[in-house]
Amino acid sequence: MSGSVTPEAAAAAAQLGAIPEGLSVPPGAGPSLQPTIFELSRPGRGGGKVAHPPADALDRIPASALRAAPPGLPELDEPTVARHYVNLSRLNYSIDTGFYPLGSCTMKYNPKVDEWAARLRGFASLHPFAPDETAQGTLQLLWELEEALAAISGMAAVTLQPAAGAQGELTGILMVRAYHRARGDADRTEVLVPDTAHGTNPATASMAGFTTVSIPSAPDGGVDLEAFRAALGPRTAAIMITNPSTYGLFERRVVELLEMTHAAGALAYMDGANLNAIMGHFRPGDAGFDVMHFNVHKTFSTPHGGGGPGAGPVGVGVSLTPFLPSPRILREPDGTFRLERPGERPASIGRMRSFVGNVGVLVRAYAYILAHGGPGLTRVSEDAVLAANYLRRRVGESFEIPFDRTCMHEFIASAAALKRETGIRTLDVAKRLIDHGFHPPTIYFPLTIEEGMLIEPTETESVETLDAFADALAAIAREAREAPHLVTAAPTTAPVRRLDEAAAARQPNLRWRPAAGSVTPCPE
Amino acid sequence: MVPTDLRYTREHEWVRVEDGVATVGITAHAADQLGDIVFVELPAVGAALSAGKAFGVVESVKAVSDLFAPVSGAVVETNGELAGRPELANADPYGDGWMIRISVSDAGELDALLDAAAYEAIAAEG
Repeated sequence: MSGSVTPEAAAAAAQLGAIPEGLSVPPGAGPSLQPTIFELSRPGRGGGKVAHPPADALDRIPASALRAAPPGLPELDEPTVARHYVNLSRLNYSIDTGFYPLGSCTMKYNPKVDEWAARLRGFASLHPFAPDETAQGTLQLLWELEEALAAISGMAAVTLQPAAGAQGELTGILMVRAYHRARGDADRTEVLVPDTAHGTNPATASMAGFTTVSIPSAPDGGVDLEAFRAALGPRTAAIMITNPSTYGLFERRVVELLEMTHAAGALAYMDGANLNAIMGHFRPGDAGFDVMHFNVHKTFSTPHGGGGPGAGPVGVGVSLTPFLPSPRILREPDGTFRLERPGERPASIGRMRSFVGNVGVLVRAYAYILAHGGPGLTRVSEDAVLAANYLRRRVGESFEIPFDRTCMHEFIASAAALKRETGIRTLDVAKRLIDHGFHPPTIYFPLTIEEGMLIEPTETESVETLDAFADALAAIAREAREAPHLVTAAPTTAPVRRLDEAAAARQPNLRWRPAAGSVTPCPE
Repeated sequence: MVPTDLRYTREHEWVRVEDGVATVGITAHAADQLGDIVFVELPAVGAALSAGKAFGVVESVKAVSDLFAPVSGAVVETNGELAGRPELANADPYGDGWMIRISVSDAGELDALLDAAAYEAIAAEG
């Protein structure tokens, strides 16, 4: 039964797009769609139910709080459950199954030894309420990770609390707000954000109560200095710069930008999402940035989110250190570690997250940093930049490269010329890449580039992989001219065909319900 | 290509002025660049808009973009049809896909708007 596709699922799959005439689909190409676990359910199947202890538990609950009908839990035997989820997992595309050049996301390979470290019982089994005396190892690791991140970034101090990069941004901008308020400067209500920034930057500024002022980019892809100068003033609380930018370019005018910012009495925030490109070569703290966040999943190989636990540590310069979230991790003169006590540092912006952050994620980052050491991390960045530039030249053989100069860890290609010539859009190219066995790059981002593809190979890919990807893009450009139906019909080998994204967004149907007349699972 | 009887902004909005009321929508170029539009958020009738400031949001399968007021004034009418049928902004951007009507408070601001030829040149640049 498991592994087979119900007629309903087959019909649903067929609705997602018919395969055009004359187009053959390799048999067995890719795993197929699964029926839902509810459709696999059969009354009475599976193990016995766990009794509610004590036996009269239900009698003790007020009648008004008891549900009228039993929950519709599916009933299955264990092999069916195992096969269902294993087969579902086979529908996944991941960095462990193939190349994943999703620009801006830095889908670098996560060394398995970091997973081992995070699963060590001393870390994984520590209770979050454990007193400092019994948590010394974890506190030491976190303290040392703060020190390591400070050394990598040149910042004076680091907090590990934020649960993701975006919360790190909010933490940083709240500290900026606290800084200006502490000086009695309440008129700074604006945050300047270049149009090449991550979308989270203006969102952060709004969340913290600021107004975002967007700064256009110059033709070379950097910030337009004149527009920046015109927007900067006594109302500016901070600038937020993503460096390297989402164009994959290092901001050449960063020194002038920071001088102007500080001369205007504002602070400079660096979105450190692209730190993977500059370790060992550029320290934001040395350049004069006052605050930055780290995306440990992009730089130090922790798992990517999808809503799961993340970490977005924040580094600050001396001027913002008093405002760091509490509790900080302190090292006592005798070498032991403890958490700051409530109220110990009144200037703090307070807690950003329960406990001390997502420790399991931070253990992975710590393991990655120690495994590489300083020279190793420098090499990581150099290899990421080398791979991106190699791929930029290779992809440039078949697609336009809007900023054709040495890039950092990622670059933009454009299908604008191909679209004018053949009508094939970037979306079609991306879908066809799936048939060629690759995860597509990020498309239509940054928004400022027509028919853009943001491609980021990361440092962990071999030259053979990079060549195979460039060859696939070249093959798709040829197909667009010679057999465009192959490209417009793609993907043909994936579990689902081209999805109707507009209908999905306009009429979201997010909840599975049993068909009328079907067996209701779990009658008792 | 673009209708010659309308005025335009650099932010890819069109404006039709009749009896002191400006009807505003997004251009066909903007709709094409955005792709399938799935949601349009418009201000309430009576809201005061100032020229150049964001007044609403248009969301497509590709991106979420701000809508900018071409002129200052009060909103006198919004296109309620877009709530249920946002695709009108793709299908008929200069007609049924209109977004808001503004009672123009400063007619002088209309002079700053682009004519069709000037807008077409900007749209051609991407």
